[in-house]
Amino acid sequence: MTDSILEVRDIHTFIGQFHILEGVSVSVPVGSITVLLGRNGAGKTTTLRSIMGLTPPARGQILFDGKNIAGKHPHAIAQLGIGYVPEHRAIFRELTVHENLRIAERKRGDLARKADFIFELFPDLKRLIDLPGGNLSGGQQQMLAVARALVPDNRLLLIDEPSEGLAPVIIEQLMAAISRLAESSSVLLVEQNFRVASRLAQQYVIIEEGQSPAAGKIDALVQDAALVQRYLGVA
Amino acid sequence: MARTNRSSLIAILVIIGGLIAVAFVNSNSLGNFGITLLSGLFQGMLLFLVASGLSIVFGLMDVLNFAQGAYFMVGAYVAYDAQHAGGLIDLTQAIPDPNLRFPVAVILAVIVGALLGVILERGLLRPLYARPVFQLVLTFGVALVMAEIIKFIWTTTPYSWTEVFGVRESFFELFGQRFSTYRLFVVGMGIVLIILIALLLRRSRIGIIIRAGVEDREMVQSLGINVQTVFTLVFTLGCAIAALGGAVAAPFLGASTTIGDIFLLQAIAVVVLGGMGSYEGTAIGSVMVGLAVAVAQDAAIGTSFAALPSITPMLLLILVLLLRPSGLFGNAR
Repeated sequence: MTDSILEVRDIHTFIGQFHILEGVSVSVPVGSITVLLGRNGAGKTTTLRSIMGLTPPARGQILFDGKNIAGKHPHAIAQLGIGYVPEHRAIFRELTVHENLRIAERKRGDLARKADFIFELFPDLKRLIDLPGGNLSGGQQQMLAVARALVPDNRLLLIDEPSEGLAPVIIEQLMAAISRLAESSSVLLVEQNFRVASRLAQQYVIIEEGQSPAAGKIDALVQDAALVQRYLGVA
Repeated sequence: MARTNRSSLIAILVIIGGLIAVAFVNSNSLGNFGITLLSGLFQGMLLFLVASGLSIVFGLMDVLNFAQGAYFMVGAYVAYDAQHAGGLIDLTQAIPDPNLRFPVAVILAVIVGALLGVILERGLLRPLYARPVFQLVLTFGVALVMAEIIKFIWTTTPYSWTEVFGVRESFFELFGQRFSTYRLFVVGMGIVLIILIALLLRRSRIGIIIRAGVEDREMVQSLGINVQTVFTLVFTLGCAIAALGGAVAAPFLGASTTIGDIFLLQAIAVVVLGGMGSYEGTAIGSVMVGLAVAVAQDAAIGTSFAALPSITPMLLLILVLLLRPSGLFGNAR
């Protein structure tokens, strides 16, 4: 059995009175990219938000490095070494690119240590360093959002829909960057674009109506057209 | 803290330019004109001390702190008490020189304001962050309770400042008019504070966190930052600055349980007019409202329209909102 950095066990999450997650389980092996697949509204984003403590689960366990983190505050969860790149980027529009990166430091000097690596992955950001985040294009904002999660030493990255609304050339660049990230940390990815997901990830978990009915190796899923058709509606 | 655009700059220039022009036309000499400007800036700076905390706290925490005026009031009472003989905190024996006693009285007022700020945020407000309406009622109630406690300690009689000390009593002459050095000192202090807070927000890590928190509090937490601690810090700072306002206003305005009310109402107008949560908007809006009130005070002399100065901030607010519905520096959130 492969060691897992993250084990989500049968979590149930409510938003208001709505029972959104009705028993989701996800395992992220160390050093791998695991992708959550499923239709819109299936509960993929809520799964990531539950792991981050933003919508804490009412039941179930979330083990990070073997310790249950369910119910902890989001800042305490992040400090354990979990980076979050939310849907729609959530970069700070009024802050410059440099400030967007600087705010992510957990220890003094984090940014200085990581700057070369970040600018090697995303050379555009170096050129735009003094511009407000709101002035960046969608693709540049996504790069900044991913770069921000790289500033501290995160061991797990949760990345939500990185390719959403981006041009193919930008998606290629982001995919290359995410592949590089997986060399130093594990990644749990939400991705609607099955082609992108199947090229990036080694593991998959299907999320369907707030549950996780199927999981396994992505290569097996790619071969299983019926399963793909059933849960994702793509052939 | 949205980026300003051309229309807000034009609105600022037109309104401030218009106010200065009216002040100039209304005054029959350069001396009188200078006095109106100094009075406007003085009032604007006091207003800034109430409004800055109100604005930053609202921007970051979505809490409209109706007790901000009460902190101004507490500052005025503590400074008054510490400066004068026979009070609760009698410093006249320990520091006989009133010129030295005054800064100590002001620092004491700021410390009391900060402590009361921590108590309000940690003790009462924190459990209500998910309930905005409850917060509003709570801060309003706290303001009433604080006024009652003040009455209990210092009675209901308003205090007029009687202690004589150097800066308050000194004047300088310009264009044949006597100008108060103390007012100039408060204006100078206000400008220094505006710059210091701007530097704090622009240059320091905590400033970056505050600006980011105004935009997206959830994302700030997701980066590993304890937003609750930042809330306490910002709320305390806002209350301490309001108490500083009351303390430096006391030598001119004395201490009374209603002293904070007028400033609170005007500060709310400033925060909306400047753009909710915008620091730049609050600073410029404070100066604008202060100048407008001073011009209205001049214009009301000798007329039966004595209420003009008190309704002026609201008239100005309406004017700005007609030009820019989200305020001078506001974004349309």
